[in-house]
Amino acid sequence: MRGDGIGLTLISPIMRVIEIPMLGLQRLLGVNRLAWVFLVPNLLLFGLFAFLPIILNFFYATTGGDNVLLDDRPYVGARNFLNLVDCSNYLDPNSCREDKFWRAIWNTVWFVTLQVGIMVGFSLLTAIILNRDIKARGFFRSVFFFPVLLSPVVVALIWKWILQREGVLNAFLDWTGIGGVNWLVDAEWAFAWSVFLSVWAHMGFYTLILLAGLQAIPRDVYEAATMDRASPWRVFRRITLPLLAPTMLVVLILALIKGVQTFDEVYAFTGGGPGTATTFIIQYIYEEGFAGAPRIWGMAAAASILVAIVLVILTLIQLWVNRNNVDG
Amino acid sequence: MGRTWEFLTATRGKGRLHWTDWASYGYLCAGVFLMFFPVVWLVLSSFKTEADLQRFPPTFLPYQQQTLSVDGYDDPLPLFEMVSGDYEGMILAQVRRVGLQAQMVDPTNPGERLRVSIDEYERVESVTLAWENYTGLFDRFNFLLYFWNSTFITVTATLIMLLTNSMAAFALSKYQFRGRTFVLLLVIGTLMIPQTVVLVPLFLIVSEMGMSNSLWGVIIPGAATPTGVFLLRQYMLTIPDEILDAARMDKASEWKIYWRIMVPLSAPAIAVLAILAIMWRWNDFLWPLIVLTQSENFTLQLALNSFQGELRTDWSSLLAMTVLTLLPIAVVFTFLQKYIATGIASTGGK
Repeated sequence: MRGDGIGLTLISPIMRVIEIPMLGLQRLLGVNRLAWVFLVPNLLLFGLFAFLPIILNFFYATTGGDNVLLDDRPYVGARNFLNLVDCSNYLDPNSCREDKFWRAIWNTVWFVTLQVGIMVGFSLLTAIILNRDIKARGFFRSVFFFPVLLSPVVVALIWKWILQREGVLNAFLDWTGIGGVNWLVDAEWAFAWSVFLSVWAHMGFYTLILLAGLQAIPRDVYEAATMDRASPWRVFRRITLPLLAPTMLVVLILALIKGVQTFDEVYAFTGGGPGTATTFIIQYIYEEGFAGAPRIWGMAAAASILVAIVLVILTLIQLWVNRNNVDG
Repeated sequence: MGRTWEFLTATRGKGRLHWTDWASYGYLCAGVFLMFFPVVWLVLSSFKTEADLQRFPPTFLPYQQQTLSVDGYDDPLPLFEMVSGDYEGMILAQVRRVGLQAQMVDPTNPGERLRVSIDEYERVESVTLAWENYTGLFDRFNFLLYFWNSTFITVTATLIMLLTNSMAAFALSKYQFRGRTFVLLLVIGTLMIPQTVVLVPLFLIVSEMGMSNSLWGVIIPGAATPTGVFLLRQYMLTIPDEILDAARMDKASEWKIYWRIMVPLSAPAIAVLAILAIMWRWNDFLWPLIVLTQSENFTLQLALNSFQGELRTDWSSLLAMTVLTLLPIAVVFTFLQKYIATGIASTGGK
């Protein structure tokens, strides 16, 4: 694969200039230690914009006030965390000191459960159907996949336009005689449509992974089963499901990780409303730290750390599953 | 139950179509409708005039009322077809409407005013695309500015990411040095903590570096994504070391090996990463929302989001802008969909 495009002829003089100091460093450090020079730009970026924030997050979480500069923030110990979990009944956000946080938590829990369940279910069904002897498989696969590429704001506006009061869905429902609903004003409908929108936008991605998992199952396993006159149900339960299990687990965990971080499309779709019906945990962090008038950085950081713990656990499971896959 | 599983698991239909095949195609066609219709509806709606958008129930295709220039009147007059009353069957132009009465004129005989009741006529309409929704974006909104901001962020962040990530991947795949495992673990560590949970300190760092409310505040932190390092390192590991040794025999410098050998040989993986990075940056929302607070720095996504709040009724501009925002991605998808699909599947990222 040779790359001799216009872009390269523009860049190669620059690269030739960089070669001069790099050659000097190579003489100075030796070949193996030059590796660090190659790593420096990337490590600088990671250090400043990935590691440093992780550490600073703890400083913010343990300090109070609304000043962003660390020097001007009084140390408060674990008070931000204690405020977050100050609740007489965790199931009832109204009994909590930070009721909005708990509303966001419960909304997120419900959302993730429904969204991941429905999405993985439909992705599996779609992948199994696409894995059959289907004509125009490539076409159908890309049809289910293309919403993955749309931006969250575009997805939100597409559906807002369909669901608005005088939108096409209400026109259809009026025509059938069922009657329209003001979808995004009703708390439960707004939540249900947020789940739907999220499934619509992301299921193609998981379908793709599951389809790859199904296609990796060797054909001769199925042929052997057919020879033994195993019933299709038995084939599915004894062959397809066990062999697909690792892929299913990866899909499930990836979907959970993404689901917990849901913000963009729902924020652009409902703005978190009506009320707080579709406010999820990332929106809580965003609003505490960046949207409100007193910017409560400490609470935002403390809530971030709680989310980060959940994500780290999920990612560790994912890495562990992946390692098992490689070994197996 | 048994039949359901048979339907779900059968992989080969022999001869004529089994009912399960029909069910499969039925499901897929429903899927095509559900996935495509919203986008088709968006595009069709974006060509409707504001008046046509207000109509309920909506029409499928964009319609506009026909108008005609009549002698003696400065502006073109809207045309109506008379469906009942004295002038039934004639096509008249409306001069003015007062309550339930309208003053009409016959285009072939413009001297005479006719007085009709408005329930006697129907609008004469034809399918017409309202291109003014699109041209209006350039006159009335700073569409080009937002487009430029988005493009600049996307291109610059992608280039920085490709360069730094390929350099790091080269070091991590082709050199034996102390601390290599440590660096790899650090990269895995960043994989676990996404940007969404370090927003507060990241904002401090970016504003301390003077990049808040600047496009660079979006570009630079965006380049610190570990996915690319993994993807490229995996690919570079498959390139045989013998090629590098041969180049070293010929006294090629390490930089030349990186630039002249490793980068061209990893072109397929770099292409996949480039496509992913372009998508990430073009569709990015939360971080730009935090960093870019002044509207002259808005990306297309931010502009779209803020317009839907401000211009609650101006759907015609909003829909046209939505179409233009999804257009670049749609074009990229049409040409490169095979790479995108494999790229996303292999990195597990989007």
